[in-house]
Amino acid sequence: MPDQKRMAIIATKGTLDWAYPPFILGSTAAALGYEVEIFFTFYGLQCLRKELNLQVTSLGNPGMPMPMPMPVLLQALPGMQAMMTSMMKSKMKSKGVASIEELRELCQEAEVKMVACQMTVDLFDFNQNDFIDGVEFAGAAKFFEFAGESDITLYI
Amino acid sequence: MANFDQELDASGLNCPLPILRAKKAITQLETGQVLRVVATDPGSVKDFEAFCNQTGNELMESGEEGGKFVFLIKKS
Repeated sequence: MPDQKRMAIIATKGTLDWAYPPFILGSTAAALGYEVEIFFTFYGLQCLRKELNLQVTSLGNPGMPMPMPMPVLLQALPGMQAMMTSMMKSKMKSKGVASIEELRELCQEAEVKMVACQMTVDLFDFNQNDFIDGVEFAGAAKFFEFAGESDITLYI
Repeated sequence: MANFDQELDASGLNCPLPILRAKKAITQLETGQVLRVVATDPGSVKDFEAFCNQTGNELMESGEEGGKFVFLIKKS
């Protein structure tokens, strides 16, 4: 298909909530016939780990809806982040929202290409074996090779 | 509602799962065959319209039945 549309995404965030947009958009674009490449850098690398441990917190994020108003200092107490993460996960499940694992698998099935930024892999002392199979390791030039020929480019 | 060849129950699933499941089901159909999708996600009404516009498959019907959204998609 020579006229196949392309989408390139840079994924920079490693929290549970922000892991969604790259995988939702990547899998959906692939279903619409796009060729997709996602370049994961900095904290976005968390989304590629075999064992996902993505968390969400209301700290520094006043836009996050809370079941009850809570002073910021209380939000910082030990255990609060784990509690917010498990509340968010159960809320998502009850609303029929896919898990990140599921969306990531759907991306893999749809041959969405996932590239891990080699520089930040080294920076954080990650090991290539920490990441799921099929991930490529490369630098900024690799991103431009694909993004330069893309119809849509997103920075998330 | 017209006849269909295969049915997909996407009830309870939220965006983008109904579209992704439908895409997978359509891949397994022959050209001209019809997929019936049942969904509860209100966003799926616009999404299936957009999906068909972009993939070239024909959205034969889009409606509501018993509080659920029902779509008939013909593979092209």
